[in-house]
Amino acid sequence: MVDLILSIYEIPIINILVKIIAILVPLLLTVAYFTYFERKIIGYMQVRIGPNRVGPRGWLQPIADAMKLMFKEIIFPSGANKILFTIAPTLTIATALAAWAVIPFGAEMVLADLNVALLYILAMTSVGVYGVILAGWSSNSKYAIMSTLRTAAQVVSYEIAMGFALVGVVMAARSLNIGDIVAGQSGSIWGWYMWPLLPLFVIYFISGVAETNRAPFDVAEGESEIVAGFHVEYSGILFAIFFLAEYANMILISIMAALLFMGGWLSPFQGVEFLGLGSSFLAGSSIVWLLSKTAIFMFLFLWFRATFPRYRYDQIMRLGWKVFIPITIVWIYVIGIMYYAELAPWFIKG
Amino acid sequence: MLENYLPVLIFMGVGLLVGIGMTVMGLILSPHRPDREKNSPYECGFEAFEDSRLKFDVRYYLVAILFIIFDLEIAFLFPWAVVLDTIGTFGLIAMAIFLGLLVVGFIYEWKKGALEWE
Repeated sequence: MVDLILSIYEIPIINILVKIIAILVPLLLTVAYFTYFERKIIGYMQVRIGPNRVGPRGWLQPIADAMKLMFKEIIFPSGANKILFTIAPTLTIATALAAWAVIPFGAEMVLADLNVALLYILAMTSVGVYGVILAGWSSNSKYAIMSTLRTAAQVVSYEIAMGFALVGVVMAARSLNIGDIVAGQSGSIWGWYMWPLLPLFVIYFISGVAETNRAPFDVAEGESEIVAGFHVEYSGILFAIFFLAEYANMILISIMAALLFMGGWLSPFQGVEFLGLGSSFLAGSSIVWLLSKTAIFMFLFLWFRATFPRYRYDQIMRLGWKVFIPITIVWIYVIGIMYYAELAPWFIKG
Repeated sequence: MLENYLPVLIFMGVGLLVGIGMTVMGLILSPHRPDREKNSPYECGFEAFEDSRLKFDVRYYLVAILFIIFDLEIAFLFPWAVVLDTIGTFGLIAMAIFLGLLVVGFIYEWKKGALEWE
């Protein structure tokens, strides 16, 4: 019996499918409980308890939400383009999930070890915008179309800042393979790219918040002015799919920030002489480090939402074009100089 | 090398299946009782009185054009950064000049007010 299972596992397609499920199931569970923690954490920050009725301490809340949305009527607004209206959520979730194909979880733990992984992730996140545009346009609602225009302009603007920030990472690592980029940061905590690329690191994460249309850049939803934005006409499971995709993208931005700037699965105690920490088990590379770093960024998303008031649209565009893009371009020149000067430990010519 | 792309292709397929599967489940499980009022597009309680695909500000279009220029630039920078070790100082200076040209254009469009949103 065991032999049979092992021999089935040897078939390449089955092998790949098992690995995909091993990525997707924890991812979707994280998404579900991310929504729970969002409500809990923001609740506590506003001195209230948050969901606590469904199951012990409200632990079953996300499952109850999913069930409810599953059985809700899907309304197709009159005048909507039904085909586009139906495929828009699928397009959004498919790209949001497909980006995870190249994310490594350890030095050897990677599904597709592409040498253009970073480019692939950029491509997938860009295609995700089409889902939003199709959803807003096909809804035949004024609020939805306004939100679509805003979202499209906002996302492409911040994609430039984000792209320039990633160019900085590639200049430091001289590779587009995420495993290589993490390996380039090894040595000690000072080897992490967040130090020489600090402005790019900050800009990357803030652009990530803007790209996923999260507070304080959530004019796409802007419930006080355009009700719910591009998904105002969506109900039931189709709305849930947009929700899933948005949260999967937030987690993607978080894990990318951890991998590209904070050494991924490398331990912060690597190379520390103090108390012999550098030779203890704490200094070993582990997926636990990667997930802890990711959790910090995921918490930041929630913290931002609980703390900052929403930006006005012209302020968002000004921040993107007149602050972030000039800073990133200047910093690319600075990296060029640092590279020329062979600034250790980051820019040692290979 | 090419076999590394097979998992990516399958992953895309699985992603599509997740979306399609959820949509189909929702369509089967949920009730379907449309009426004229319920299906009308949301508009603050009014009857929707015209086609909602309205004219939009030209600035959105301008942002899209600027995006293409800058994104193209980034597409040039990626392969350049990968081979930085091979092309040496000459490559560094060449890209500095190239990026400088983009900066000149950026300053021009800034001064022209293409980045203004009131």
